[in-house]
Amino acid sequence: MTELERKQDRAPVPSEWTYASAPEARDLVTLQDRYGHYVGGEWLEARETYTTISPATEEPLAEVGQATPEEVQAAVDAAREAYANGWSDVSPSERAKYLFRIARILQERSREFAVLESLNGGKPIKESRDVDLPLSAAHFFYYAGWADKLEYAFPNRKPRPIGVAGQIIPWNFPLLMLAWKIAPALAAGNTVVLKPAETTPLSALLFCDVLRQAELPPGVVNIVTGDGRTGAEIVKSDGVDKVAFTGSTDVGKAIQRELAGTGKKLTLELGGKAANIIFDDAALDQAVEGIINGIYFNQGHVCCAGSRLLVQESIYEPVVEKLKRRLTTLRVGDPLDKNTGVGAINSKQQLDKIQELVASGAEEGAEIYQPPCRLPEQGYWFAPTVFTNVAQSYRIAQEEIFGPVLSILTFRTPDEAVEKANNTPYGLSAGVWTEKGSRILWMAERLRAGVVWANTYNRFDPSSPFGGYKESGFGREGGRHGLEPYLDLT
Amino acid sequence: MTRLPVKKTYKLFIGGAFPRSESGRTYEAEGQNVARASRKDVRDAVRAARGTLPKWAGMTAYNRGQILYRVAEMIEARTAEFAGLCTGRPEVERAVDRIVWYAGWADKLAQVLGSSNPVAGPYFNFTVPEPTGVVGVIAPDEPPLLGLVSRVLPALTGGNAVVALASETHPLAAIELAEALATSDVPGGVVNLLTGRRAELAPWLASHMDVNALDVTGADGDSPELERAAADNVKRVVHGDPDAQSPWEIASFLELKTVWHPVGQ
Amino acid sequence: MAQAPVLPRGFELPLEPRLPRIGSVDAVALEERAASLAKRSIKREAKVFALDLAVRMMDLTTLEGQDTPGKVAALASKAIRPDPGDPSVPSVAAICVYPNLVPTAVQRVEGSSVKVASVATAFPSGQSPLEAKLDEVRWVVEHGADEVDMVIDRGAFLSGRYAKVYDEIVQVKETSGDAHLKVILEVAELGTYDNVRRASLLAMAAGADFIKTSTGKLPGAATLPVTLCMLEAIRDVHEETGRMVGMKPAGGIRQAKQAVQYLVQLHETLGPGWLTPDLYRLGASSLLNDVLMQLRKEKTGTYQSPDYFTVD
Repeated sequence: MTELERKQDRAPVPSEWTYASAPEARDLVTLQDRYGHYVGGEWLEARETYTTISPATEEPLAEVGQATPEEVQAAVDAAREAYANGWSDVSPSERAKYLFRIARILQERSREFAVLESLNGGKPIKESRDVDLPLSAAHFFYYAGWADKLEYAFPNRKPRPIGVAGQIIPWNFPLLMLAWKIAPALAAGNTVVLKPAETTPLSALLFCDVLRQAELPPGVVNIVTGDGRTGAEIVKSDGVDKVAFTGSTDVGKAIQRELAGTGKKLTLELGGKAANIIFDDAALDQAVEGIINGIYFNQGHVCCAGSRLLVQESIYEPVVEKLKRRLTTLRVGDPLDKNTGVGAINSKQQLDKIQELVASGAEEGAEIYQPPCRLPEQGYWFAPTVFTNVAQSYRIAQEEIFGPVLSILTFRTPDEAVEKANNTPYGLSAGVWTEKGSRILWMAERLRAGVVWANTYNRFDPSSPFGGYKESGFGREGGRHGLEPYLDLT
Repeated sequence: MTRLPVKKTYKLFIGGAFPRSESGRTYEAEGQNVARASRKDVRDAVRAARGTLPKWAGMTAYNRGQILYRVAEMIEARTAEFAGLCTGRPEVERAVDRIVWYAGWADKLAQVLGSSNPVAGPYFNFTVPEPTGVVGVIAPDEPPLLGLVSRVLPALTGGNAVVALASETHPLAAIELAEALATSDVPGGVVNLLTGRRAELAPWLASHMDVNALDVTGADGDSPELERAAADNVKRVVHGDPDAQSPWEIASFLELKTVWHPVGQ
Repeated sequence: MAQAPVLPRGFELPLEPRLPRIGSVDAVALEERAASLAKRSIKREAKVFALDLAVRMMDLTTLEGQDTPGKVAALASKAIRPDPGDPSVPSVAAICVYPNLVPTAVQRVEGSSVKVASVATAFPSGQSPLEAKLDEVRWVVEHGADEVDMVIDRGAFLSGRYAKVYDEIVQVKETSGDAHLKVILEVAELGTYDNVRRASLLAMAAGADFIKTSTGKLPGAATLPVTLCMLEAIRDVHEETGRMVGMKPAGGIRQAKQAVQYLVQLHETLGPGWLTPDLYRLGASSLLNDVLMQLRKEKTGTYQSPDYFTVD
């Protein structure tokens, strides 16, 4: 050993490894100060406006329109006009090509959209980048291919478009829900009036620029912004032939009542209170990841979130231990940071609702666990939360919280798991974790839910139909089945 | 000396049994006293349907098809009786043929309406149709037999249990059908047939929180009010065709379930 | 942990009072979790931390038929002082050589913090009689190896003779004395993650101080998912018994970026307690220079050329 080498003493190892912040470049997005409504391929100056913000910072982002009945009417008229004079004459293969164009443009501009989605909605950039955007583009790509093949989807029928589709979407996956609504509607030959959610209008407004780039004929897609009043106008409008709504069960019921006797077609994708069921032979570490993904994905703002964890009693302790440990590694914070796993709660209103339900859980006797984490002072935040010692009768086990809050219950036998899982007015989704093949199929057969994830959770694909049983709504989005709500098949 | 015939008492068909209305009421239709069901009879019928649903829905599709075919056999054998209670022999024959047609669908639905879905990832993904659950059917007044059969069979074929309000003006064919069903192998409670005043009964059926779908084909002008009530538990509302024969009629009473599973070593 | 199912023969001889549930591993979910961890964005000071740590954790390896005392001497110098141009770069953890070169290696690293690890037990195939394997272990320990990297008998494992695998590890451990024992599973030959988990638990039960993915002699050596699978087994043993077993991915780790990904995975699976060369090693022969280049890039802000870093 040389003298120099001898000096190479081992310096003490630093102990704490904190990841430096890794923010995605916000300047990928250029926002206007003020947005109007996109009607007939033009921007219509909004008569009334409100401010849309970033829920992570409460920073105002832009002024957007609160559409009045007249403005909604103008959008519906534009859609009718486009449907009657032009769009219904466009050959199916040309229609397909417009959709392919939209898919491609979304792919090219995906980073920009991802940043905007996180900025306006509060979800982690990791999710908007890796989930929302790829799936949105894929949805357009998938339905593009259907546009000129409808007669193969419904043999012995003559599929025809319905007319004007009025579409109202939620704030949890703003662009993805837009894609789920617009892609099949256009593939089937309809025209569209869409309202994005009140708190997350910006990606839909940026999407209008995609439509311009794709040279979609004016009026085929019209976008109006505003709160529930605007949505109600769309539902009521005589010029709308079909209504598609994704949102809360209460509003869904109100829409169904409103449309009673009108003969308008309706599809509803509503709330859920999914059971995620862990058997004692499950691959535990992966099941724990599935639980985490099931409830903390998108801050739990997911209608199919696995918000009720049903654990077989014989492995209750290790599961809870592993889960709590995993919770401590969740990174809560700046949605634009590429390492963030849990972002901001979408709105003040939603935060209030979560807080109220969580308080009720503690009052009713459930035991609360939250990992130590520092939440930002500005903006709307809620720490990932687990409730143990939860009874089926507690509100937190019955009501949809739509936040990062998990309720853990136990079961002893497969029969009991099914009984508890189905013991809810909802029926959107369910999860099953077991290594036993026959039990997976047995469970899948009995769970009253539109989507059953076995040994996985919260997976989505344009070719995979999605939608609920019971009060979770009716109609399917995705796949061949997702075309049906947009077609007249008589 | 002519023999005095024994006349039939026309009763309800609930849970495989033939009770009178719990209300004790009857009304006169087609020259007969017919049971006039009450809201409590609706309640009992829904309870019977819910109770037997797992059995019916849990049967193999092949078995369901065979049982429905057996219903056709039972009606065929009673053609003369049915002919006297509807528009005549041709209607009975069409009803029988329709049942046979639907019976053959039971074990083909999953193949025609289901799918396996090529998702972009290491997952196997398939979609299967499943029964919606308890279906309320408001049968059209005319034709009394074929109308009822056309609305009830699609729901049955898919594995649902049915509570049907028979034609108010021509209820006798429905009761005859109940007797045929009772002698077939359809489990008691899978089909429940109520006679009475539609305006009185339909709202109870439409608002019942344990009914999953409502066929308003025979509801005429009452439909908007019934549909509004149906929204309370997000019922699937079906406006059918009183003379339809199509797998899409069956699909109206089906849910689609999609199952994901990873594909790995 | 509750519900430990029936253990196969060989699993019933634990040194520990209790063993974790063997359970199973879902391949798709494991790979997705590993891929998701690999997407962490590690920047600036966090990156320098990781690169510095990667150097400290490295087992600089040469395992070739053409190895000579000269080659090993050069390797030792590089190990002690990886970047002569930057004395702040620490020494690596160990150099890893064939038994014949242990004496040279021991002599060359004497007085430094660098340890000498020797492969043994008929590396890489393990297809020799147990006596021969133990003799080899005894020899390298007598000649001063600080660490012994043994291979498990995959033939025995794959034919279900778990007890044989277990007994062999126990005996090698005894023979190793104070030397640290790393047990190489050779994951590429085990076929499934279920087997990797099973072999990991077996090795730990038999007394392994470290479990190690691969010999580096086969394609499909260390991967992020297989390492994650082993880390999770280590975590279960720790939760169950309190014992901290080390982990060494080896083979196929050539770029600094990969090293950072492995460390992120370690950090988020086992926590900060494992961020030490005492409990984690990176087995590599060509990784060091890329890490050095990245370190200098972080310090100077300029992208580097291999011409400025010594090959050994």
